[in-house]
Amino acid sequence: MIGLVVVSHSAKAAEGIADVAAQMGGGNARIVPAGGDEAGIGTSPDRIREGIESADDGDGVVVLVDLGSAVMNAELAIEMAADVPAVIADAPILEGTLNAAVETTSSKATLDSVVERAEDARDYRKLN
Amino acid sequence: MADAETERDAVLDALDNVAARLADEKSYLTDLDSAIGDADHGANMQRGFGKAAEKRDEFEELDPNEVVQNVGKTLISNVGGAAGPLYGGSIMFASQELEDGITADTSVAFAETYLDKVKDRGGAEVGSKTMVDALVPAVHTYKKSIEQDDLPPLSALAKAVDAAERGVAFTVPLKALKGRASFLDWRSVGHQDPGATSTLFILEALLATAETYLDGAVERDAHAADAARRDE
Repeated sequence: MIGLVVVSHSAKAAEGIADVAAQMGGGNARIVPAGGDEAGIGTSPDRIREGIESADDGDGVVVLVDLGSAVMNAELAIEMAADVPAVIADAPILEGTLNAAVETTSSKATLDSVVERAEDARDYRKLN
Repeated sequence: MADAETERDAVLDALDNVAARLADEKSYLTDLDSAIGDADHGANMQRGFGKAAEKRDEFEELDPNEVVQNVGKTLISNVGGAAGPLYGGSIMFASQELEDGITADTSVAFAETYLDKVKDRGGAEVGSKTMVDALVPAVHTYKKSIEQDDLPPLSALAKAVDAAERGVAFTVPLKALKGRASFLDWRSVGHQDPGATSTLFILEALLATAETYLDGAVERDAHAADAARRDE
C-alpha cells in the first residue's frame, strides 16, 4: 500500500490532518504525521525522512506539505531516504491528504494515481 | 593542490571562522530578519554552524570533502527553516566536487554546484531578494577570475567577496519574491536581505581563512566600498 506523510509547520496540524484522513481511509491507510521541528513550529528534514521510511511498506510514499520550508525539507528528506520511492503532491495539505488517503485504499492505487487524486483537491471550492 | 591533511586543516579552520563570524553577527542577522522575516536567521545560523564547529574532533578523522559533507549534514539537522536545506543541503550536495581535493578548479566546481542547488531548491533567481543575489555575482566573479583571468585563487576569492557585497546592497531596494519576506509584498522594499547578508559573512570568513593558507593578505577591491557609498 502507498504510504502518506503529512508535513506541516505545526506538529499538531500534521497529527490532526492525519487523524481526519485516516477516518476517510477507513482506518486502513498508512498515514504518518511529520510536523514541527525541534524548536516547535517548523519542519525538520530528519523527521520527514523518518516519516517516509516508516510510512513505506515497499510500494512508495506520497508526501503532503504546507508551505515554504516544508517543500524544501520534504525534497531533502526524499533525497536522504533514497531507497524509498517518494514524491511530493502539489496539493492543499488537508484536502489533498484526504483525497490521497481514499485513493491509497484502492487496490489499483499507484504513486501516480495517489498524487493525481491529491492534486485534484486544488480545484475544490467550499462555496457554490 | 596541498596535501590532504593541510586541506582538511584549512576546511576545519574555515568552519571555525565561519562559526565565529556568524556568532558575532547573530543579533545583526536577527535584526535584519525581524524586519522582513521571522527573526530567527541569526540564531539558526549561529546554532547550525556552532554545532558543526563542535564536531571538529570527529571531523579530524575525515577527508576534506567528507568534512564539508558532514558540515552540510549537521546544518540540515540543526539550522531549521528554509536555511537548513538551502545552506546545509547545498553544501552537502556540492561536497562531491571536492572528492579529488581542493584546487582552483574543484573550488570553482564546488561554487557552481552549490549555486545551482540553491537556485534549484529555492526557486529564486537574481532579483528575488534572497541569498541568490549575493551568490550569483560571487560565483560568476570567482569562476571568471580563475578560468579566464588566471588569477590566483586568493585574489579571485577577494573579488568574489566584493561582488557578493554589492549583491547584498542590491537586495535593499528590491521587493521580495521568495521566502517569508515575499508575504510582506511592498513592505519588504528598503530592507536588506538576511540570507544574502549571511552568505556574505560566510564568504568573508572563507577569505580570511584562505589568507592564512594561501600566503598573504589581499587588498579588497575598492569598488564595493564605492558602491556602498553611492547608496548613502
